[in-house]
Amino acid sequence: MTIKTVAELAAEGKSPEFLFWVGCAGSFDDKAKKVSRALARLLTEAGIEFAILGTEETCTGDPARRAGNEFLFQMMALQNIQVLNQYGIKKIVTACPHCFNTLRNEYPTLGGHYEVYHHSQLLNELLKQGRIRVKPDAFKGKKVTYHDPCYLGRANGEYEAPRSLIRQVFKEIEEMERHGRQALCCGAGGAQMFKESEKGRKEVNVERTEDVLRVAPDIVAVGCPFCKIMIGDGVKHFEKEDKIRVADLAEILQEALDSPSAV
Amino acid sequence: MKYLPNILFFILLSAGIGFFTFQIKKIIRYVRMGRPTDRSDRPAERWKTMALVALGQGKMVRRPLAGIMHILIYAGFFIINLEILEIILDGLLGTHRLFAPLLGEVYDFLIGSFEFLALGVLVACGVFLVRRYGGRVPRLVRSGDLKGWPSLDATIILFTEIVLMTLFLTMNAADSLLQERGAEHYVRAGAFPVSSFLHSFLQGFGENTLIFLERFCWWAHIIGVLAFLNYLPYSKHFHIILAFPNTYFSNLEPKGKLRTDENVLKEVKLMLDPSAQPEPVESGSLPSFGAKDVTDLTWKQLLDAYSCTECGRCTSECPAHLTGKLLSPRKIIMSVRDRLEELGRLRDKHGPDYKDDKTLLGHYITPEELWACTTCNACVEACPVNIDPLSVIIDLRRSLVMESSAAPAALNMMFTNIENNGAPWQFSPADRALWTTES
Repeated sequence: MTIKTVAELAAEGKSPEFLFWVGCAGSFDDKAKKVSRALARLLTEAGIEFAILGTEETCTGDPARRAGNEFLFQMMALQNIQVLNQYGIKKIVTACPHCFNTLRNEYPTLGGHYEVYHHSQLLNELLKQGRIRVKPDAFKGKKVTYHDPCYLGRANGEYEAPRSLIRQVFKEIEEMERHGRQALCCGAGGAQMFKESEKGRKEVNVERTEDVLRVAPDIVAVGCPFCKIMIGDGVKHFEKEDKIRVADLAEILQEALDSPSAV
Repeated sequence: MKYLPNILFFILLSAGIGFFTFQIKKIIRYVRMGRPTDRSDRPAERWKTMALVALGQGKMVRRPLAGIMHILIYAGFFIINLEILEIILDGLLGTHRLFAPLLGEVYDFLIGSFEFLALGVLVACGVFLVRRYGGRVPRLVRSGDLKGWPSLDATIILFTEIVLMTLFLTMNAADSLLQERGAEHYVRAGAFPVSSFLHSFLQGFGENTLIFLERFCWWAHIIGVLAFLNYLPYSKHFHIILAFPNTYFSNLEPKGKLRTDENVLKEVKLMLDPSAQPEPVESGSLPSFGAKDVTDLTWKQLLDAYSCTECGRCTSECPAHLTGKLLSPRKIIMSVRDRLEELGRLRDKHGPDYKDDKTLLGHYITPEELWACTTCNACVEACPVNIDPLSVIIDLRRSLVMESSAAPAALNMMFTNIENNGAPWQFSPADRALWTTES
């Protein structure tokens, strides 16, 4: 797949409608890279003009900020804002709720003002406009549940776009008892992803996966690369990886694409 | 001698209100020990938040049983306060049921509904005592966060409310019986749908005993109310007042947005801009980063601490707590109040610049608690009065990392990676777009 970088477009005197902010997980983690490719394909399918920053992209600073390193966060943020403003970026889409939250809510204070979309929001819009069409029976007979990412749900109040998107492909969503505002964290946020957890009875992702197992779905839909890793590990912990699949919203949508160019 | 009760009442009332004012002033002084933060924007949205969350109990009813029982007590206390006005005026003027002739049938309706509300308060307090002492609600058990004073405080509150309501109903029962018997001074006024059930217990008493009982309950009730008012500032029950300002001054930004540390921003701008001139720093006032003690928190965070009634909804939804980690967001907020009270008292005694050798971070809150947080905002979402424990956790983490360089080793590694390769993991920045060509 060839995706142009913003720099390449700039050399042609052009600027993309959307910047696809891939994020560190989307760039380097194997599970999340699949999501990046799925999203890129969907955006192409919908005819969206987009580009990535490529090697000019760096961490937004989110995990540093949550871990208390405000210095590092601000350094990263100011550098990123300089790059984004220099290219005149107006709209950003990202598959990572942490990047989404930081770019949308925390960059404006430091001089970066963009229209930022979580991919579930943009994809849901594209579905409504008919720019992406899906086969309604792609996952026929499969049961799905949805795990709300903290940084999309509680942090930004977006509970509906991902659900609306899932309902385009699945008849209904079997909700976990703790969902929406009360959804339990996967355990990765606040820089926990990058450290051992503190002493306790169990891991947060195991507690959350127990919620999943109670629903016994075929698919757990997620909207965050870190949730994907955490819930995936949880499912493995219970040796259920043959029965339960953890998939990002973009992957689900891509597999249900109704299009001659779809794989 | 005729005016002795009036004078006595006036003295009691003045003392009660005077001491309460004194205590409120003290708490305002303590809250002002916090750093400034601007919460004066968007007044319309603020009034709306207060109306929905505090007045309307919007977040309480998310847990139906506790929510509805709480509304019974809340409505009871709120509305019965109309009656307090009459009691105060009667006490000052030496009248009896002053409003009755003015309001006519409306008065009967009001007194009747107060009686039902009082009954509702009694029922709800009973349910709450069972929930507290039954041991079936984990967030209310009398160990952990609530060991000692917090549990005793809860019991005092519930018993006081039961006693006040019982006095109120007994007073009405004696009053209405005296009305029926045509006793002098006891004009026919009010409707007593609940307290009249107590008549069967009182029928045997003579008129003088009933008058004594009625007067005793009247005085005990109003003295109890004034005493309870003055108990509030020492208690978690203070939330009945502070819920309103606390929700008014809520954070209206998305919950995911953290406060920009301005002291850090100044330093970072200096580093990035070689031509920038550092501001002259007065000696002894070096800027500090994050929060080490309560005086480094904002006044809103300190107001949060006084508004907390220790219900534990935050802790009961905290993923760290649910999986057995040391962190309890409720305890974080309780620690802020405990430390603020301690430092406040010391400064009252030794002057406003007094420093002891204790700090919130370290002596009250340990790094292990702070490092267990996933910043998921479940505690913030759960709080019925919009307290923000997460903001305190982040501010303390900032101090740990930027003042004490005390981050866990794994996080230091993550910081280094971000600085060197622009990602929290050790990948080469040159490989950032490889995903596009893999399959």
